[in-house]
Amino acid sequence: MRSIKTAVKACVTTAALTSAIGLSGAAVAQEYTIGVSIPAATHGWTGGVNYHAEEAKKRLEELYPDIEFTISTAGTAGEQANDLEDLVSLRNIDALVVLPFESGPLTDPVRRVKESGVFVTVVDRGLTEEGIQDLYVAGNNHELGRVSGEYIRERLDDEGDIVVLRGIPTVIDDERVQGFQEAIEGSEVNILDMQHANWNRDDGFEVMQDYLARFENIDAVWAQDDDIALGVIEAVRQADREEELFIVGGAGMKDIIKRVMDGDELVPVDVLYPPAMIATAMDLTVQHFVSNGPVLGEYILGSPLITQENAEQYYFPDSPF
Amino acid sequence: MSSVMANNKTTNKAANKMITQKGFAIDLKTWGPFVALVALGLLGVLINPAFLGLDNLSNMLTRSAFIGIIAIGATFVITAGGLDLSVGAMAAFIAGVMIILMNSLVEQFGAGWTTILLGIGASLLLGICAGFINGIVTTKGKIEAFIVTLGTMGIYRSLVTYLSDGGTLTLDWAVRDIYRPVYYGSFLGITIPVWVFLAVAVIGYILLNYTRFGRYCFAIGSNEKVAEYSAIHVDRVKTLTYMLQGVCVALATIIYVPRLGSASGATGVLWELEAIAAVIIGGTMLKGGHGRIWGTVVGAIMLTMIGNILNLTDAISNYLNGTVQGIIIIVAVYLQRASWRKTGP
Repeated sequence: MRSIKTAVKACVTTAALTSAIGLSGAAVAQEYTIGVSIPAATHGWTGGVNYHAEEAKKRLEELYPDIEFTISTAGTAGEQANDLEDLVSLRNIDALVVLPFESGPLTDPVRRVKESGVFVTVVDRGLTEEGIQDLYVAGNNHELGRVSGEYIRERLDDEGDIVVLRGIPTVIDDERVQGFQEAIEGSEVNILDMQHANWNRDDGFEVMQDYLARFENIDAVWAQDDDIALGVIEAVRQADREEELFIVGGAGMKDIIKRVMDGDELVPVDVLYPPAMIATAMDLTVQHFVSNGPVLGEYILGSPLITQENAEQYYFPDSPF
Repeated sequence: MSSVMANNKTTNKAANKMITQKGFAIDLKTWGPFVALVALGLLGVLINPAFLGLDNLSNMLTRSAFIGIIAIGATFVITAGGLDLSVGAMAAFIAGVMIILMNSLVEQFGAGWTTILLGIGASLLLGICAGFINGIVTTKGKIEAFIVTLGTMGIYRSLVTYLSDGGTLTLDWAVRDIYRPVYYGSFLGITIPVWVFLAVAVIGYILLNYTRFGRYCFAIGSNEKVAEYSAIHVDRVKTLTYMLQGVCVALATIIYVPRLGSASGATGVLWELEAIAAVIIGGTMLKGGHGRIWGTVVGAIMLTMIGNILNLTDAISNYLNGTVQGIIIIVAVYLQRASWRKTGP
């Protein structure tokens, strides 16, 4: 009985406190709350997204005392849809930065957020309907494939035998492979085989082991992703064939960037597809409130080639990715 | 593509012939998994002669060691009428803790075998504890193993994600260089993981078939009530099977960590299903009461072999890999069960 009473008392006090805070908040000049909704850190790349979102929050809140960020992470598309509702109804956000778990299921929830008068920035995965978002920030998958293909083509002098390890069968993977194939079209660069390694180290290791058993000569490997690349490196090392080939990954994982920085012959370059794009999106969304210039439209990040010369600017030793 | 299909047909025909011949029917119960393995091997050779290369065979067997060792533990759990869905997540969690521990021990003990042995010890201890928790909650808590291990699966999976901040835990490179031979090294031309796999299989075989503990597993799996009335400590034996499973997971992790020197939320995903599939392909019954260690070994090798063969050919669309795997698994189990329907298990 007593515990119930205490609980009730606690509730009342909290309610009183919250309303007091609310009032004092309203008394201060114009403030903005920006909601950030991202997938939970279930694998390396999203881990990087989480890290960079937190870093950007710290940096921007210090820079602009009137702006507050609230970050929520979701484990599934359904959870993220709930998060969006909560951000609007409970946190009263003025702007939303969302990296959708999946494009299809989240298009409608984001539309509803937009309809409540919130400025919407969509990151990385585009919605399935046009005209909802105010701002779109994304990497360029097609470009990632193209840049990788061009590097391999150039480095092999237009001829050679290569193997490709693909990601999880998705639009992202298709776009990358398409860009890659366009880049090597018309050259004598011959793709021996393409298999899915699902952006996973273990799969990368096993698929590469089998490639090495199957093909006597491989001039280059396009691993498309840095996690796959790490598995590939081990398989090549095991087979003692480091001299024969080089590997091109993608994303910008710190371990790989470090190798590029150190001039590793096996991994001479990397192609950027940075999880830090969430920070870019947060920066731009803040500009919508503080800048006198318009912030609208699309902001597509380049996928530059990371070489030994420029690797340092992409190296974040504290990031989990 | 057409030659592949033709091969499938002939192997099926050959297998059917064996079933119809009297006397063979009983043998097929024992030898079914082996027959399927040989058939699959032949298919591999026909698809690509590189399949029989020494390197390829060695790679494949070494790879199958993880699932194989875990599946031997699962054979005990399933034979005693239980189920453990947490093994994949448990492996990832143990790998994560092991890496963190070894990285922090480097300062104190330096990058040497002391550090590695402490890591290995911690791994075994964690495995035993994790198995004990699964066992005790299932038996004393009287909760279905499916629910308990589904719960612990979620717990371990999220713990490893938490430990790695959603990224990847990487083993100190100096430690890794010393630890590396545990996966890549070999003895008498056979890699260390295969030796471990073999040793675990032999011990498992003796334990299941020639000890009182093994007979209790069979008895409990056949009929738990009867076993209890026969004065068998059902709870204790069942908990022991989960602890054995934990040890097997720890052993698999010990040889997994030196392979890539890393653990993340994506480590060991779906290993539980592969382990259970290996057990069932091998002739153990999912409802318990009947277990076969060598069948499990063959089942684990077969599962790895399917993936390997699919990587050695581009005749089959990558998108259909899952279909081929599914068909082969079902056919393999059908081959040995076909005889059971006639003679009874």
